[in-house]
Amino acid sequence: MTADDRTGRGEELVHLAGVDFGYDHHAVLRGVDLSVCERDFIGVVGPSGSGKTTLLRLLLGTNKPQRGTITRTPGIAVGYVPQLETVNWNFPVTVAECVLMARKQRGLPWPSRTDKADIAAVLDRLGIGHLAHRHIRELSGGQQQRMFIARALLRRPRLLLMDEPTSGVDVASRHDMLHLLTDLHSEGVAILITTHDLNGVASHLPRLVAVHGRIVAEGTPREVITPPVLEETFGAPMQVLEHLGMPVVLDLEGNLTPSGSS
Amino acid sequence: MDVLLDPFTYPFFVKGLIVATMAGGLCGLIGVFITLRGMSYIGHGLSHAIFGGFAASSIIAVNYYLGAGLWGLASALAINSVTKRRRIGADAAIGVITTASFALGVALLKFYGSKGPSFDAALFGSVLGITYTDMWILAGVAVFAGIVVFLNYRSLLFATFDPDVADVSGVRVARVDALLMLVLSLSILATLTVIGVTLVAATLVVPAVVARMLTNRFSRMLVLSTIIGAVCGFVGMYLSYHLDVPSGTTIVLTGAAVFGAVMLVTGGRRLQRAGHLDTHTA
Repeated sequence: MTADDRTGRGEELVHLAGVDFGYDHHAVLRGVDLSVCERDFIGVVGPSGSGKTTLLRLLLGTNKPQRGTITRTPGIAVGYVPQLETVNWNFPVTVAECVLMARKQRGLPWPSRTDKADIAAVLDRLGIGHLAHRHIRELSGGQQQRMFIARALLRRPRLLLMDEPTSGVDVASRHDMLHLLTDLHSEGVAILITTHDLNGVASHLPRLVAVHGRIVAEGTPREVITPPVLEETFGAPMQVLEHLGMPVVLDLEGNLTPSGSS
Repeated sequence: MDVLLDPFTYPFFVKGLIVATMAGGLCGLIGVFITLRGMSYIGHGLSHAIFGGFAASSIIAVNYYLGAGLWGLASALAINSVTKRRRIGADAAIGVITTASFALGVALLKFYGSKGPSFDAALFGSVLGITYTDMWILAGVAVFAGIVVFLNYRSLLFATFDPDVADVSGVRVARVDALLMLVLSLSILATLTVIGVTLVAATLVVPAVVARMLTNRFSRMLVLSTIIGAVCGFVGMYLSYHLDVPSGTTIVLTGAAVFGAVMLVTGGRRLQRAGHLDTHTA
């Protein structure tokens, strides 16, 4: 894949061209053209059922396109952080055991000294080193997200895909998460997240993609968070104000649009 | 005292004891993956499906292990494939496939009679029907299962916990699943004569559930489940001699007693862990 420094986004890591995807003759996404580059930090916004997770899974490779092509940089390591609602929290694993899953077994099943050191380092880096031997259910929502980020980071990914990373976490954890992702991005990891949260998350990201069965709009928050795009994406009229240089979305009654999952 | 040690003077019983202990441990080990994948029903279904293969191989005078093994493996792969297409209704599909296979086996044996292990032994297990060949085959399957789990520990764990993420993280999930189905069908096949078709599912599920109630760590659950299964096999076989009932029955009842005791000791608080082994709730 060729470098594309004209846009300042770096080398293209994954490229979707004219991709269609659906389940049982029901089209979920149509005609998707999207590039994810090495310096990207993208938020995918849209209502429930709009195809956000499907888009993520197409980028990941777990969904195969029914039409169109997906091109990936050969050998690229992709980290994936699932939506917390899809995880079996009764599964008998500790935080350390969960993170170790990402490390390919070479010989003995138990972790080597290097494995242990790497796991400790990545958990410390994410501020949950002291929770290594806790069961995964004993963590808060924010800590559970960090555990899955740790598992993804253990593979040293160039691209990190996250499904609703701020869903189900409190405001403080959401801020911490955004700071963490910004740090990872500045260290060279390309990031793409899905989110419902326009004011708390999407407006803070450098690049947005609005999705509703297709890509409605793509660009900076100022380009995407506009009344026409939001109405087309969410199917309801919304007002957009500006506060400290950032767009703020209100519903027609003048209330802030709901944060987090909806 | 002599009454208690009396059974150990009979070589057939000692052989049965070794087989039951190995069978219990083997089912305990594999049962961890089966219960955590929400496939407890597959053990039940597969053992019934294998019974059809047992009957067919008995009638056409093909080696029991070969005939029933191939039948069982084909059923395991079919069931695994069906469970992945949830919209069909996996439980119903498994129910139809495996009970039909079981019914076919019963009909065939009633018409033609058995040339291999007896009908009752196949259904409920029997210490008398165990041969040295059975013992060595079971030992071979147990060693094979142990090696598979040891060498594929992380892949099996990842594919059980989160198959989608495992798939994109370099784990060949389809291969791991097929390997697990192979080990499961071999395990059921090798333990069928001692535990029996109707009861083998319990030996897969009970030790794993009890182990889950005792620990939150996967590695410990594997070890505990294997030990609990082996102990239940040993004690159950011993009780079978004194109570003069089929070995499968006493092995399962021992497991049920251990389950009850653990629940009593833990006050039932930890039952919640085991009650939703495969549920996906935040």
